[in-house]
Amino acid sequence: MSLVVRKQSQVGVEPRQSRLSAMLKEMAAYKICYLFIAPYAILFFIFTVVPVVMAILLSFTYFNMLQPPQWVGLHNYVRLFLEDEIFLIAVKNTLIYAAITGPVSYLLCFVTAWLINELKPRARAFLTLLFYAPSISGNAYAIWQIIFSGDTYGIVNGFLMYWGLTDGPIQWLLDPDWIMPIVILVVLWMSMGTGFLVFVAGLQGLDPRLYEAGAIDGVRNRWQELWYLTLPQMRPYLMFGAIMQITSSFTIASEISNLVGFPSTDYAAHTIVQHLQDYGSIRFEMGYASAIAVILFFMMVVTQRVVQKLLNKVGE
Amino acid sequence: MAARFSIRKTRLSRSTGGDIVIMLFLILGAAFMVIPMILIISNAFKPLNEQFLFPPRLFVRNPTLKNFHDLMVMMAQSWVPFGRYLLNSLIIVSLGTLGNVFFGSLAAYVISVRKVPGTKLFMNIVVLSLMFSSEVTRIPNYVTIAFLGWIDSLRAIIIPRWSAPLGLYLVSRFIEGMIDRSLIEAAEIDGAHDFRIYWQIVMPNIKPAWLTMIILSFQELWRTQGGNYIYSEQLKTLPYALSQITQGGVARQGVQAAVTLIMMIVPIVVFLINQSKIVDTMGHSGMAN
Repeated sequence: MSLVVRKQSQVGVEPRQSRLSAMLKEMAAYKICYLFIAPYAILFFIFTVVPVVMAILLSFTYFNMLQPPQWVGLHNYVRLFLEDEIFLIAVKNTLIYAAITGPVSYLLCFVTAWLINELKPRARAFLTLLFYAPSISGNAYAIWQIIFSGDTYGIVNGFLMYWGLTDGPIQWLLDPDWIMPIVILVVLWMSMGTGFLVFVAGLQGLDPRLYEAGAIDGVRNRWQELWYLTLPQMRPYLMFGAIMQITSSFTIASEISNLVGFPSTDYAAHTIVQHLQDYGSIRFEMGYASAIAVILFFMMVVTQRVVQKLLNKVGE
Repeated sequence: MAARFSIRKTRLSRSTGGDIVIMLFLILGAAFMVIPMILIISNAFKPLNEQFLFPPRLFVRNPTLKNFHDLMVMMAQSWVPFGRYLLNSLIIVSLGTLGNVFFGSLAAYVISVRKVPGTKLFMNIVVLSLMFSSEVTRIPNYVTIAFLGWIDSLRAIIIPRWSAPLGLYLVSRFIEGMIDRSLIEAAEIDGAHDFRIYWQIVMPNIKPAWLTMIILSFQELWRTQGGNYIYSEQLKTLPYALSQITQGGVARQGVQAAVTLIMMIVPIVVFLINQSKIVDTMGHSGMAN
């Protein structure tokens, strides 16, 4: 009896075992490859994968870096949504920034790349540099502080008063009504980064014969050409560009702190990342800050997924 | 051939009205992008009395090098010798970039050429990590780095950089688009081992990709101030030291303009030199679904 059972189980297990051992054998044959990928993979796990899990775990604790973390359940999340009014302002602001700068900068990147693509190579390279430069210029956005400076020496105030459009200087960077529009303007100015380059490159790589064939098949103007020929071909680039733009549109923070101060007047420009920095780097409430990070993480990943689904429909 | 095509293209599907709208859009956009840049350059050469003019001027009238001279004087008076800040920045930029390019391209070789079991899943995780910013992992990373005892050491900035995901993604996409399988097979028949294939066949053929990786890494590390990790003055970076110099209010506005110009011009020049290679690399960055 027992013999039969053992035999059956052996029969059931054998193929799986051999598959496993075959895989192990295959992996052993590629030993050197795993050795190659190991340094990157180990560091990537230590500094990217594990921290996401750790952030989720820490978000359920009280942790101040001195004492060991104390389990507090959902308390941090309850506090965030029910007691922390500033966090709710930050969520609202972050969503506004993301909803405006995300799509607008994405469209600007694509439209500009598309228009530049019609030009001759020299002009194209020059304009690419010109549009891309602000995004890599580090702290160059500080110049907007001088442009929108609240005294009469500010460029905008100076011209408005010179032309008699206002009586006195406007406190652009301190007035809660003006802070957000100005931050959005500055963020847009420096948002044509990797996504823009991806589009420029993707458009250059499209097959010219496609357009010749399209013209013969009755594509009459550049708009039809864009919709029926260019966009479907560009889909892989549109998806990658979207990832880059969405990630950066959710992470606007240091620009705001440097332009309008930290915290801004009435928290008018406060974002989730700033709130995270406040609790993580200033108050050392690591558990609470982790809860903020977790919420930010899910907001970004969910948005990314939804946008990828939408982009999958382009040109279908 | 190319010339003939471009003539045909304009004839077939381009209207004059559309051309005008497009030119207008491009001119307006370019003006929006370039005016602040012009202002940065021109401010750096403005004497103090021109910094505070009413009405303000876009262009400098009596250009002077005084701002740069003042900056030099302040750098010379610095408590920590200024060369030390520069050295720290150079160490961070060079070691951080070197490790990122070497380990990243080595991993990309395994993922895109060897395709051994498990690497596809790994690549998907790397792509997922592009979807959120490093702010999410900031606190656990601080805990980890404190645990490793790297606080107040340049390692805290250099070593995590070695696993930056964007460079790996770009290089691996580029390998898949550019490397001919038969080339690898021929090398294998000749008895080349993996490291030789990686170093002598793959790497020379993907030069644009790793140059791009170098530049992206440079742009990121060049502006590093040390953040929460570096406390000792002698370990601080150049951007930190320069930002300290400009914290002097109105009187320092000229120096600040000079600093902004210096910090801005370096990454732009680096990009300009390698522009065609970067665009080449990005041309393979599309996502396969």
